[in-house]
Amino acid sequence: MDKLLVSPSPHLHTKTSTKSLMRDVVIALLPAVVVSVLFYGWSELLILGVSVASCVLLEYVITRYLLKKPCSVGDFSAVVTGILLALNLPSTTPWWIVFIGAVVAIGVAKMTFGGLGQNLFNPAIVGRVFLLISFPAQMTDWTRPQGFIGGGLDALSGATPLGLAKEGGVAAVEGLDYMDMLFYNIGGSAGELSAIALLIGFVYLLVRKVIRPYITLSILATVAVFSGIFWAIDPMTYTDPLFNLLTGGLLLGSIFMATDYVTSPMSNWGGVIFGVGIGIITMLIRYFGAYPEGVSFAILIMNSVVPLINKVCHAKKYGR
Amino acid sequence: MGKFQLITKGRIKENPTFVLLLGMCPTLATTTSAINGMSMGLATTFVLILSNIVISAIAAYIPDKVRIPSYIVVIATFVTLLQFVMQAYVPDIYETLGLFIPLIVVNCIVLGRAEAFANKNGVVDSALDGIGIGLGFTLSLTVLGLVREILGSGSMFGWKFIEGDGILAFVLAPGAFLALGYLIVIFRKLTTK
Repeated sequence: MDKLLVSPSPHLHTKTSTKSLMRDVVIALLPAVVVSVLFYGWSELLILGVSVASCVLLEYVITRYLLKKPCSVGDFSAVVTGILLALNLPSTTPWWIVFIGAVVAIGVAKMTFGGLGQNLFNPAIVGRVFLLISFPAQMTDWTRPQGFIGGGLDALSGATPLGLAKEGGVAAVEGLDYMDMLFYNIGGSAGELSAIALLIGFVYLLVRKVIRPYITLSILATVAVFSGIFWAIDPMTYTDPLFNLLTGGLLLGSIFMATDYVTSPMSNWGGVIFGVGIGIITMLIRYFGAYPEGVSFAILIMNSVVPLINKVCHAKKYGR
Repeated sequence: MGKFQLITKGRIKENPTFVLLLGMCPTLATTTSAINGMSMGLATTFVLILSNIVISAIAAYIPDKVRIPSYIVVIATFVTLLQFVMQAYVPDIYETLGLFIPLIVVNCIVLGRAEAFANKNGVVDSALDGIGIGLGFTLSLTVLGLVREILGSGSMFGWKFIEGDGILAFVLAPGAFLALGYLIVIFRKLTTK
């Protein structure tokens, strides 16, 4: 670490640190974690454990022995990556696939670029996308394992709502209940289970001022407007806005992954551009792409243009 | 530079893939398995040696302004020969490598050696240079192919050591970039001690 830190004024002291921010993100993720463990049971607990443990362990080993830098495990960022990666996987994923995901997330996406603060792409999403193209069969196995509560609720086992819509069109998802999606009954990755749990986390992050709402809201608004236009044109072919907002990884992605400090633009307007881009790419993939869901791809693509966005949207200089 | 060094330099000091970073297109595209990588490397070596010999022999007679098109004509001749030979005797590999055989014509390594070495040096030296660089290219393509094959399909030179698929991404394009990147890191680490 540098001994002398030279920075321009104002020299304000704040209690906020990387550690406290990351701890808040972990707390905000807790509702989603609890819901997914309750409904998916031991297998989900195993995935979470393996993911968090291997992320932390890898970060320790790489910083300590490969980079020979001060160890950065204490700042909780590896824990956040671990939890997010676990929530992004189906609850039936074998443990060794989770481990490979952690290797890619921490080793490739984070540490190769120089660790926290220097990674261009969100580590958890890189891990997920790598697994998705590497293990297509296991990564789209949406069978629901026996959970601690709600054993009989396997009405959606076998496919996600977005998967159904991709294959069978609007007719295939007509019977689905929005209240189910809102509370606990979306088939899909573990973290996509309950929209409410994710929204509770969002509110917590806003109240604690960990994130600003611009990115998340602009993603959600773009998805709503985009799908609203297409739905208004042809409701028989295109799914409606509410369906698109509540299904898939949209909430998880827009609340917890797109808002990652390192990989999102610095200014508010930059955030809006970033969010609109993610929303449009997501909907393009959902409506016209080969994959049923595109949030992770959209975030990765927009991650890569963040330096350009930062160039266009300067933060105002202090006192000018 | 001694004759022996001309052959050995391509392996480490002027390794076309890991140091000069030339010929990235066939490197990334054809190394889905060790066999494919090696075939591509050997095919390029064949063209490289012969074109180096011919170009070094005729370099004095080619006007400077038209030298690049002239080199391309020489290289294209040998690539066409190679293409027919491979189609006749190893049709399987010819099918797998497909478009990348004719693309050897525009491979930077071949043209680069013609421009940087063959037109300034004698026939024997140029032939040795072709062998050296070609073997370096073959070696690195084989290593890259082997790494991708082990990780991507769980086999070595076609011999499967695990059941089922490996990490599919390594057979696809993203894995090619990842594997190449990390191999360059390891290579630099080993050579800059």
